Amino acid sequence: MTMDLSILLASVLAASPPIVFAILGETITEKAGVINLSLDGSLLLTAMAAFVVALETHSVLAGFAVSMIVGAFIAWIIAFLSLTLYQSQLATGFVLTLLCRDLAYVLGNSYAHVPGPQVPHTPIPGLETLPVIGPILFNQDPVVYLSLMAIVGVWVYMYKTQPGLKLQGLGERPAAAFVRGVNVNAMRYVYTLVGGALVGLGGASFSLLVKPGWARPYGIEGTGWIALAIVIFGGWKPTRAALGAYFFVALQTAVNVLQSALPDVPTQIFATLPFPLMILTLLFVTIGNSEGMNQVLSHLPEEAQALVRRVFKALQTSPPAALGTTFKKE
Amino acid sequence: MALLGAVLLSGAALLIIGASPLDAFGLILSGAFGSPSRLAYVLTASVPVLLCSAGLLVTFAAGLWNIGIEGQVVMGAVFATGVMQCLQPVLPPSAVLILAALAGILGGVLWGISAGALRLYGNVNEIFGGLGLNFIAGSLTVYLILGPWKRPGIGSTSGTLPFPPSLWLPAFKGFHVSPVEVLLGLGAMGLIAALLRGTYLGLQFKAVGKNQRSAFLMGVPVGRRMLLAFALCGGLAGLAGWVLIVGTSARHNLFPLISSGYGFLAILVVLLANFTALWSVPISLFFAALAMGSLQLPLQRQLDSSLGGVIQGMLVLSVLITQGLQSRFFRREER
Repeated sequence: MTMDLSILLASVLAASPPIVFAILGETITEKAGVINLSLDGSLLLTAMAAFVVALETHSVLAGFAVSMIVGAFIAWIIAFLSLTLYQSQLATGFVLTLLCRDLAYVLGNSYAHVPGPQVPHTPIPGLETLPVIGPILFNQDPVVYLSLMAIVGVWVYMYKTQPGLKLQGLGERPAAAFVRGVNVNAMRYVYTLVGGALVGLGGASFSLLVKPGWARPYGIEGTGWIALAIVIFGGWKPTRAALGAYFFVALQTAVNVLQSALPDVPTQIFATLPFPLMILTLLFVTIGNSEGMNQVLSHLPEEAQALVRRVFKALQTSPPAALGTTFKKE
Repeated sequence: MALLGAVLLSGAALLIIGASPLDAFGLILSGAFGSPSRLAYVLTASVPVLLCSAGLLVTFAAGLWNIGIEGQVVMGAVFATGVMQCLQPVLPPSAVLILAALAGILGGVLWGISAGALRLYGNVNEIFGGLGLNFIAGSLTVYLILGPWKRPGIGSTSGTLPFPPSLWLPAFKGFHVSPVEVLLGLGAMGLIAALLRGTYLGLQFKAVGKNQRSAFLMGVPVGRRMLLAFALCGGLAGLAGWVLIVGTSARHNLFPLISSGYGFLAILVVLLANFTALWSVPISLFFAALAMGSLQLPLQRQLDSSLGGVIQGMLVLSVLITQGLQSRFFRREER
C-alpha cells in the first residue's frame, strides 16, 4: 500500500511543473499589482513555440529559452498597454487569451502529432534509493527539481530579501513605494516580464515533458484559467499557491484512477470534473468575507458561529490592495 | 488604421509559416461573401453574436465581466432541447418552438444569476464563477448526450438525434435566412440600446458600473441591479442557445461545445465597439464573416481555421493600442 501511495505522489509531482511555474509567475505578477489574465492563451502559445523550436534545433534547452521569451513578450504587451497606455488590464488580457490560443493553432498547424524531443528522465544518483522519499522526490525529471527549487526561491525572495519587500509594496501601496524611491512602473514592468517568462517555462514543461508534442486541441485548454484561480486560492502566497497546484494535479490524477474504477461512465465527463471542483474550492476560500455569509452565520448558535468563523478565517485570503490599478505620478 | 494593422500583423504570421497572405485573405473573403448561400450563412451566424453582444452591453455597463456567457449559451441550448424533446409529440411545431425559446431564455437566466449570486453572496469574482459554470455546463451537455438523451442505439459525442425540419425556423427559399432570427438579433440590440440610453433602469446599471459606493448612497439597490444585469445577459445568451438549435445555420441537435465560442467572440465585439450598441451590429456581422470565411482555409489549403480568430484578436488589440496612444500622447498636447 505504501508502495502505491509513493507511486501516486511521484506521478503527481511529475505532472505538476507546468502549473507550478504558471502559478509562481502569476503570483509574482499580481504581487506587483498587475493581472496577467492571458494565461490560458500564453500557456498554449509558449507550449507550441517550445515544442517547435526544440524540434527544429534538436535542443530542448533552446525550446525552454524561446518559450520564456515568448511568455515575457506577451506579458510585455499587457504591461505596455496597461502601465504606459492606461488601458484595461482585463480587456487586454482577455483579448490576448483568445489571440494567443488562435495564433498557437495557426502557427503550430503543421507540427501537430509530430514526434519530437523531450526532457530526459534523470534520477539523482545516491538520493533516489532513499526509502519512501527517494522514489517520490529524486527519481524525476530535471524540470521537476527546478520547479521545486523555484517554489523555495520565490518564497525566499519575496519574504526574506529587501527587493522582495519592495515587490510587495508595489502591489499593496504603490504610492508609498514611490515615495521610498522605487520606480513603480519600471519595477512593475520587470516583475510582469519575469512572471510572463515563468508562465512560458510552464508552457514549455507541458510540450516537452508532461504532454510531449503538439495537437489541436492540445488538451490543456482551460488549465490557464485554473492557474489563475489557484493564485487566488493561494492567497497570493507562493507556498500556498504551490499547494493548490499540487492539489489540482492530484485531483486530475484521482479522476484518472476513478475513471478506471468506473468504466461505465463516459470518459469525457471525468476529464472535465477537476475544473468545477477547483472553482468550488475557490468558493470556500472567498465566501468567508462576504456579507451574505455573515448574515447566515448570525442565525447559528454562538459556539458554532465561532467555529465556522475560525475555519473561514484560516482559509480566507485577500488580494494585494492595488491589484489591477494603474499608478500615475501626480 | 487599426484594421490595416491587424491585417498586416496577421499577414506576417502567415508569412512565418510560409503561406501566402493574399491567397488566405482572398479565401476568407470568398468564403464569406462568395455566393448568396455563403452570405446567408454569415447573416445567420451573426445572430447569436448579436444576441450575446446585446446582453454583454448590459453587464459591461454594470461594470461586470460576464465570462460565464459561454455557459449561458450552452444552458439555453440544453433547456431548449429538453423542452423540444418532451413536447415534440404532443404540441404543434410553432408552439413547441416558442416554448423552447422561453425555456432557452430560462436556462440562460438561471446560469447568469448563478454567476451573479456567486459574486454577490460568495464573493467569487464573476470571471472565475462564470468560468466554473462554463465547465459545469460543458460537462452536463456531454453527460446528457452520452446518457439520457443519447441517439437510439449507441450514444456518440457527435450529438443528439437531429430534430425534424418542422422544428426548424422557417427560412426564405433560395436565400437561406430566417427573418425571425435576424429580427430577434437586431430587435434585442435595439431594445438594449434604448434601455441603456433612455431609461432610469439603464442609468442605474451605469451608476453601479461607474461607482458602486456612490450608486448605493444614491439609493440604487446595487446587488439587485447586478443580479438583474446577469439575468438579462443570461436570458439573451440563452436565446442565442435556442437559435443555435433551431436556426437556419444550426445542426438542429445538441452537441458538445455547441456555443462554439460565440459568447467569447461577442466579448471581443463589444470591446471593439467600445461598448456602443450602434457599432456592435456591423462588427458582429464582420466577425461572423471572418469566422465563417476562415472555415474554408482547412478545406482548401493546409491552414488552420483559427486564422479568423487571429485577425479578430489582432484587430481588438490594435484598437486598444491606438486608443491608448491617442488618449496618452495626443490629448495631452491639446491642453
